[in-house]
Amino acid sequence: MKIITGNDLESGAVTWWNGQGWSLRVEDAADAGDSAEAILAREEAARRVNAGYIIEGEPGSDGHPRPAHVKDRIRGLGPTVRLDLTLKPGDEIAAREVI
Amino acid sequence: MYQYDKFDQQMVDTRVAEFRDQVERRLAGKLTEDQFKPLRLMNGLYLQLHAYMLRVAIPYGTLSGAQMHVLADIADKYDRGYGHFTTRQNIQYNWIKLAEAPDLLEDLAKAEMHAIQTSGNCIRNISSDHFAGAAADEVADPRPYAELLRQWSSFHPEFSYLPRKFKFAVIASEEDRAAMRLHDIGIRIVKNDAGELGAAFYVGGGMGRTPMIAPLVRDFVPLDQLVTYAEACLRVYNRYGRRDNKYKARIKILVHELGKEEYTRQVEEEFALLLEQNIEPPIAELERIKMFFGDPAYDQDASSEIDRSDPDFALWVDTNTKAHKQPGYVSAVISLKPVGGIPGDATTAQMHLMGDLAARYSFDEARVTHTQNIVLPHVKISDLHALWTELDAAGLGTANLDQIGDIIACPGLDYCSLANARSIPIAQQISERFAKNGKGDTLGELKLKISGCINACGHHHAGHIGILGVDRKGVENYQLSLGGSEAEDTSLAKITGPGFDEAGIVDAVETAADVYLAAREGEERFIDTYRRIGMAPFKEALYG
Repeated sequence: MKIITGNDLESGAVTWWNGQGWSLRVEDAADAGDSAEAILAREEAARRVNAGYIIEGEPGSDGHPRPAHVKDRIRGLGPTVRLDLTLKPGDEIAAREVI
Repeated sequence: MYQYDKFDQQMVDTRVAEFRDQVERRLAGKLTEDQFKPLRLMNGLYLQLHAYMLRVAIPYGTLSGAQMHVLADIADKYDRGYGHFTTRQNIQYNWIKLAEAPDLLEDLAKAEMHAIQTSGNCIRNISSDHFAGAAADEVADPRPYAELLRQWSSFHPEFSYLPRKFKFAVIASEEDRAAMRLHDIGIRIVKNDAGELGAAFYVGGGMGRTPMIAPLVRDFVPLDQLVTYAEACLRVYNRYGRRDNKYKARIKILVHELGKEEYTRQVEEEFALLLEQNIEPPIAELERIKMFFGDPAYDQDASSEIDRSDPDFALWVDTNTKAHKQPGYVSAVISLKPVGGIPGDATTAQMHLMGDLAARYSFDEARVTHTQNIVLPHVKISDLHALWTELDAAGLGTANLDQIGDIIACPGLDYCSLANARSIPIAQQISERFAKNGKGDTLGELKLKISGCINACGHHHAGHIGILGVDRKGVENYQLSLGGSEAEDTSLAKITGPGFDEAGIVDAVETAADVYLAAREGEERFIDTYRRIGMAPFKEALYG
């Protein structure tokens, strides 16, 4: 399972390839499979993503792809020590699930 | 405090304008990320785990109250209401927008600050003793020499692309409060038998994946040859440093592989050549710089009397203030380590308060320590209670300097893209554990340092207790080490054995603390007991 991630050029925000475009929500990440490299090359050429790269994914508890490595899961959530700054402010369950 | 002259200001302003143009070209697609990355890094702008991160230089950790207010304003205007003070006496902001970065740098420049050379393979921010100019035990204020080196190293064309990053520390006392021998070059200002000041050069120290204690290369360099000798040390490194291997590119590897004697021989040879070229700045420039670091207008009649009837205040005074060279004054350390807090973080409101307090109680001066705290260097003893009252109300009155709650922790996997494990939650849990069990008060001096990866930004090699986070098959794991010191008795910590999981490492720290408490003799600190009894009793308690 392959997930494509990168950053928004202007804000630096972490973004995830959702199969059609780029989302701020890691839950939207799609399995790009064997097309991952081609998609990333196309998107970078079109300047729709900055500093993109491909990571390993795995099925999450809801069956949707999620990053396989803890580093990428924290990247998807935000700092576990400042849940107020994450995309799920105050959601301690979300923080526990990434570890 | 040093104040920019027209050359300093022009250099910084010009750099801001240059970077503004580079950002505009990047946003317009005229520069690729590969082209832009080295340019933004030269201005301290990283792309970190969650967003752009900006590292702002605070030369030798010294800043005015007004500059602290500017740092607070930046946290408010461009970031999310807080900043993180680092082990290089800098501050980092974690949520910067690229398009706003030039405006941010312009705001900094107006306050005589910048982010130049806070990244890249160049000479980084020069650190120093956070009690400089106030300490009773220094032979001179080390900051004029640090400032001279800052000016020499800023945009130095020969040393802008070194084999690897390069860090200086300058101190002027026997007691080392700046981890001097764990720097690429550590300089101790010393006085010889004739009463003349000079510089002892220690070269080739560092932490990271290959920690080394810098050996003494020259015990006395006359101060009118300081820059020339530094240039010689750098030139040999620049010529022979391992550019072929990033992991062997620091000067410590070169000094180690050549041997101290051969490295020194080459430096002395280069030094002799450079002396003939007369590259040393005129002594008048050093004297000009020194003018900015004179003593403030102390109250010569300041009282040393203190009302200790409030036990919480008395504890803070005993723990967080240090003797001052001027009778009636102390240096006060503001802990950025509240129980369960994030080491080194300060909110906008806290920074504004510290700026105010610096202005009201410390001749408008504050210092950032490499242990991620803030110092008000010149506080009247008679003002201490009023100071502490305001600090305490703002969550800045924790009395834990150099104790187990005063933990150095790098940002770790919560913020850093290089990290393998989180550091901050471990620090928080240890801090809370020892506050709750009451042992924190009885342990005395115990320096605990946590790094989230082998790069050792959290100085774990130099911790009485050190913790290194590693990635063990995708799971965070923590190695425990004991016996390090960053002080004048510099030593490197040794790993106890197999690592621990998140809960296990907190228990392991408590176990190590218990071994110490059971074996302690008299006034021994943790490090003293460890050195006396060795690793074996700790291993036995940890692993059975």
